[in-house]
Amino acid sequence: MSTITIDERRAQALAELPPYREPGILARGSRWVRAHIIQFCAAGALLFMFIPVVIVVIFSFNLPDGKYNYVWAQFSTSAWVNVWSNTQITDSLTISIEIALISTLVATVLGTLIAFAIGRHNFRGRGGTNLLIFMPMATPEVVMGSSLLTLFVLAGQEGSLGGLTITIAHIMFCISFVVVTVKARIAGLDSRLEQAAMDLYADEKTTFAKVTFPLVLPGIVAAAMLAFSLSFDDFVITNFTSGQTVTFPMYIWGAAGRGIPPEANVVGAIMFGLALIVVLVPEIVRGVRKSRA
Amino acid sequence: MSEQTPTTLAASTSTGGGADLHIVDVTKRFASFKAVDDLTLTIPAGSFFALLGPSGCGKTTTLRMVAGLEEPSAGRIVIGSEDVTHLKPYKRPVNTVFQSYALFPHLDIFENVAFGPRRSKNKDVRNEVEAILELVELSTFARRKPSQLSGGQQQRVAVARALINKPEVLLLDEPLGALDLKLRRQMQIELKRIQTDVGITFVHVTHDQEEAMTMADTIAVMNAGRIEQMGAPMELYENPVTTFVANFLGQSNLIKGELTGKSGGDALLEVQGQRMAMPTERVHSERDEVWVGVRPEKMQISRAGTLTDGENAVTGVVTDASYIGVSTQYLVDLPWGQEVGVFAQNLSTEGPLSTGDNVVLHWNPAHTFALDATQDADAGAEKVEGDE
Amino acid sequence: MSAAPAPGAAAKAPADDVARPVGAHKWTPYVLLTPGMLWLGVFFVVPTVMLVKMSLSSGTAFSGDGSFTFSRSALQWSNYGDAWTKYVIDTPIFQKSLIYALIATTLTLVIAYPLAYTIAFKSGRWKNFLLVLVIAPFFTSFLLRTNAWQTILVDSGPVVTFMENIGLLDFLHTVTNIPDSWPSWAQIFPDGITDPNRVLATPLAVIVGLAYNFLPFMTLPLYASLERIDIRFIEAATDLYSSAWTAFRKVTFPLSLPGVVAGTLLTFIPAAGDPVNAALLGSASDAMMGNAIDAQFKSTGNYPLAAALSALLMFVIVAMVSVYVRRAGTEELV
Repeated sequence: MSTITIDERRAQALAELPPYREPGILARGSRWVRAHIIQFCAAGALLFMFIPVVIVVIFSFNLPDGKYNYVWAQFSTSAWVNVWSNTQITDSLTISIEIALISTLVATVLGTLIAFAIGRHNFRGRGGTNLLIFMPMATPEVVMGSSLLTLFVLAGQEGSLGGLTITIAHIMFCISFVVVTVKARIAGLDSRLEQAAMDLYADEKTTFAKVTFPLVLPGIVAAAMLAFSLSFDDFVITNFTSGQTVTFPMYIWGAAGRGIPPEANVVGAIMFGLALIVVLVPEIVRGVRKSRA
Repeated sequence: MSEQTPTTLAASTSTGGGADLHIVDVTKRFASFKAVDDLTLTIPAGSFFALLGPSGCGKTTTLRMVAGLEEPSAGRIVIGSEDVTHLKPYKRPVNTVFQSYALFPHLDIFENVAFGPRRSKNKDVRNEVEAILELVELSTFARRKPSQLSGGQQQRVAVARALINKPEVLLLDEPLGALDLKLRRQMQIELKRIQTDVGITFVHVTHDQEEAMTMADTIAVMNAGRIEQMGAPMELYENPVTTFVANFLGQSNLIKGELTGKSGGDALLEVQGQRMAMPTERVHSERDEVWVGVRPEKMQISRAGTLTDGENAVTGVVTDASYIGVSTQYLVDLPWGQEVGVFAQNLSTEGPLSTGDNVVLHWNPAHTFALDATQDADAGAEKVEGDE
Repeated sequence: MSAAPAPGAAAKAPADDVARPVGAHKWTPYVLLTPGMLWLGVFFVVPTVMLVKMSLSSGTAFSGDGSFTFSRSALQWSNYGDAWTKYVIDTPIFQKSLIYALIATTLTLVIAYPLAYTIAFKSGRWKNFLLVLVIAPFFTSFLLRTNAWQTILVDSGPVVTFMENIGLLDFLHTVTNIPDSWPSWAQIFPDGITDPNRVLATPLAVIVGLAYNFLPFMTLPLYASLERIDIRFIEAATDLYSSAWTAFRKVTFPLSLPGVVAGTLLTFIPAAGDPVNAALLGSASDAMMGNAIDAQFKSTGNYPLAAALSALLMFVIVAMVSVYVRRAGTEELV
């Protein structure tokens, strides 16, 4: 048996190894990048999504030299001041909001009813119904717009194209999105909760009012918000069914040829800000509540 | 747990402890499948009753029919003197503690518990809710949401939510299934204590035979939609009437035998060439061909040659000895090729017997039971993979 | 709602075994469905039928009495013939639309996948916040956002100069330039996908715009699908395969396929018919089907031809989608 000790053997082995060199900054840096390459790409994607929005907001503070607001000239808040007196913008905004509100209301009601039917009942024709709901989401807006225009023309209603026809069209394509959103929420509903309510002396109506509906409500609210933004921002279908009426997106489209004024950017910036507030505030509230509990 | 007696509840229980629950000829069919088959049983008022059986035996379906969440295909359900068979759940004096608790996630604990009382337009439910929350020791959680509570706490809320309504019958659908062992034991004792204090009829559905035996005054063992046997836990355990019950509650050794005659109060048996005797009242077979049953802990194991006068005995060879500390579990090969189990308390100072030892298994004839040999000897036994 | 049946009445089991929600009758679903489905029927199905009818009619909107004639014995298939000649053979606007949409969809998929992956697996407590970020740009007018690309891709601006300097524009221009000798229907990129010194008013700008506009439609279904994958599958895959890429290719991607299918459909279909990007970011020669249909309706008033174009677009999309969905193997889209 050799008389070499363990410590000596270890020292010997270490001596035979190549010297350990701490990897340099560059090597460590590149390794970190490679490990997080996915997150980098994701950050890139987010950047890609937001840069145009940032530009819209920034250029609302621009005072363009000529008609076109593409190149930065000088900082000015005049657009933010003037936007309220620009009747073209305020009129089209008002019309857009009115249409969006009505469309949201009707589409949310109709869509929620359908979602309850599909999500909680097994009936003949369920598959076909699902298909019909899906189709507006999968049809190009040009096709839907042309179809509706054709309908109105062949029905002799070409003269009355306007706010009503726009609203009709918006309700039509919003229904599908409402159905999908609410249905997802209904799918997560536990039927045993309703059984528990009945066990606790709530009849069918009370059970629906006190248990079912409150639990589905978040989905309905989300669907309404989605419908509102789809309607407000719609251009292609609106363009076909609007006649002489001008909604906000149509105003922008019309202005694009002549030069979109920075006042329009102001509206865009405000919309973005409002939307951020509406979506982020519940999250913040929830976070605060959680940390307090 | 607290020492307080819920005088508010017990004192104000109107019928003074609940009502008899009668299930009469009830059948429940789902398409072609009979979940409950012509079931008849009476649950006395104020008792803690357990419906015990493996999954799929129909016990939960029976419970749901009592609650009103399923309608029987045939038969009647009567509570006290009221026929509730076709009444909606919200019209029955019955409340359920669900297996998944089914607490309303959008309401806090207070509102969850207050849900039942609020249905009677009772504006002042506050005192009642607070009283029962104190009973289950959750007063400080009144304003929390269910998702912020642990499993054990949620379970107690579910019990409180049901109890506050002072039902005549309280149904519990495997309420302890999701809890860990220690918590389960605690809750078993707690539920039993509540039931004794409050005096309401409890109907507890479970597949855990230890749980049923610990908590219940009366157990009904269910299998495939029918009741195999009903009675006090001890009666079911010591004197099973079917192989299912013999195997489902604890373990049993079943040996083929034949009834040969009578002698005084005893029935005489011939078991694989051995003569045995047993009390006549423990014979549960119309036929002469029987399964002679004896529980593993009733068998004593001694070295071959030990005298066994007055006892039933068989000889065999030890094939396995597992020393567990409190006891040793033996597997013994009998001469005709059957293997039986023996649970022996470690009372001997010599230590356990070893594999290969020749032994004689002997037991008091009064511990024998005889079952109809046409029944499946494996019915109700726990299946282990690859046991064939 | 329903009173207790007369005592002693025989218990009636529901007609089907399926558990029915509380208080429901057999006709409940039909009552709930009717209003909404009626609306869709009248304002989606019927118009589509009208569209096909118009495509087989004749007449113009702006001259004569503005009426259209449709006779079942004289179906005007010539409209389709016209459409084919004008928009497929002479100027391949049809093919352009499909190819632009295809490239844009691929681009969107490549950009959105890492984003969806990060949100699903690597975001921890920021998950909800990130999802909000994905949807947030949605709320600014998409016309304004698309228009902002005019600023980003402005001639001689930083972005374009950078692409020029690294040789990207030259490369793309030469590689994708369709020779003039090729037939007219193959002239998808007559001057290449981009000019060597500008991006605006070239197909590339349109494609980038398309990819940009539909990014949320690709990200969200991808995210939903990835989120459902049990992370232990991925861990097992990285354990089994030597490289992260192989693990992704063999396990993660196939498992996310339903999301990929949904996302690509929700991107490709609207993109193929989109008129906005081509109008705002492309030149006149970059017009897509959406623009052509719009022009025929609005400017020319040749509704039958426009309807035929629309119908043609619809049919081709449906055909492509059916083949795609069948190959990808997922049916449950809603």
